[in-house]
Amino acid sequence: MIDLIFMWIAAGLTLAIFSFLYKDNPFYKLAEHIYVGSAAAFWFLYLWFFDVEPKILTPFKPLFKEYGFFKMFLHFGPEQWILFIPITLSIFMLLRFIPPSAWLSRWSIAFLVGMAAGLGITGSLQGYVIPQIQGTLLPLYTGDLLGSFNNIIIIIATVTTLIYFFFSKEHKGPLGILAKIGITFIMIAFGASFGYTVMARVSLLIGRIHFLLFEWLSFLFR
Amino acid sequence: MKNFFEKLARIDRRIIYLIVFISVTIPLLTRKGFKFEPLQEVKNAYDFIEKLPEGSAVMISIDYDAASMPELQPLLEVVLTHLFRNNLKIIMLGHWPLGLPLGQIALEKIAKEMNKKYGEDYVFLGYRPGVAAVILNMGKEIRGVFNSDYRGKPLDSIPLMKNIHNYNDIALLIGFEAGATGDYWVQFGQARFGLKIIITSTAVVTPDMYPYYQAGQIIGLIGGLRGAADYEILVNKKGFAYAGMTAQTVIHIIIIALILLGNIGYFALRRLR
Repeated sequence: MIDLIFMWIAAGLTLAIFSFLYKDNPFYKLAEHIYVGSAAAFWFLYLWFFDVEPKILTPFKPLFKEYGFFKMFLHFGPEQWILFIPITLSIFMLLRFIPPSAWLSRWSIAFLVGMAAGLGITGSLQGYVIPQIQGTLLPLYTGDLLGSFNNIIIIIATVTTLIYFFFSKEHKGPLGILAKIGITFIMIAFGASFGYTVMARVSLLIGRIHFLLFEWLSFLFR
Repeated sequence: MKNFFEKLARIDRRIIYLIVFISVTIPLLTRKGFKFEPLQEVKNAYDFIEKLPEGSAVMISIDYDAASMPELQPLLEVVLTHLFRNNLKIIMLGHWPLGLPLGQIALEKIAKEMNKKYGEDYVFLGYRPGVAAVILNMGKEIRGVFNSDYRGKPLDSIPLMKNIHNYNDIALLIGFEAGATGDYWVQFGQARFGLKIIITSTAVVTPDMYPYYQAGQIIGLIGGLRGAADYEILVNKKGFAYAGMTAQTVIHIIIIALILLGNIGYFALRRLR
């Protein structure tokens, strides 16, 4: 019975979203608001049960049960004390809503920016730039014609695309020709990317129509 | 004549929507598939899983949500069928909270079909925020991030997890990607810890993943509905993706035809003026 109710809700919301194709209307707006609201509520619950509770509250629970709120502090080990760093930074972040103490949130933001920059730089260098350079250092002749052609294309595309982004000299003469070849490869890449995007959107449409035809309508006419 | 070309250049969008709707519905109703050869990158993924010894641990990362469900959910079910059929152990987690219940639904459905037991054949860890930090810390010790499964059961009390501590104990990671999380898996999991990775992604994300495949950073790539259909053929479990490919092909032909018609109308009008 519960599955049946949810199927009707899903079908109703799908049709409400599709109604936007004709023009903007209250049914579409209702479906949109339900999606945003339920997603926000879901995020909150997930963060609470999969992060705040197990990572922040659970380590304190046994001590709280045994010694109570005030005496538990006397029995904290390193596991509990270290948690005060993220807890403090989290509280600082929330202080953005209280103007006189909003400046404290900069500590949390500084920590986040520093961590993200550190991770980003090492991650990009180690996991992207160096392996991708290695992936471009290819032999021009591999033994088979198609493989060699493929490698030559990769090398020409990489070099000419890099030349297109070289702005210290005016794109004239041989540099201009190479830059034009580069922009052609960039356009081909954008075209391929757009083609994949179209495929993705059509797949979503196929998914929804499949649901309406084979789950909802087939149930109605069963 | 001018009127005709004007109409051709400015077809009402609602007529186009109707044509698209009909073009999707008819192939789905007729359920006519056609033959096509699976792509090499999909074959690589399939072959790698086929060669894994029985009992190997495979980690699955759910990094998509309901918006990408039609593309990735059917594929997830086929991949799970393949993994369970080969008696591989599955550890599921994810970085997109809105998608994790979808992963759990598929895992429980396929596990039930294949008579697999929770805790022995598969385990669901759930979610922790901080994508890069989570991936990096699991490389040292999974318990440093997930001290329990999604039900709050300590990992050491779960038979499957007893001897699994970090990526050295994980034979393969399969990332189901609808965003940038796949980049993090490659940049931190593969580059730093040598984790073997197969990426399955939505079509939008797939072009961004090809450089990793070309550079040998990932073993296989299963992209979009086409990748899913390829995998269904390889696993011999033709389903939604395979059926959907006919509709996909028809739509592509119609889109090309509409672009051509629009261009003919535009250039003809320009000449007449």
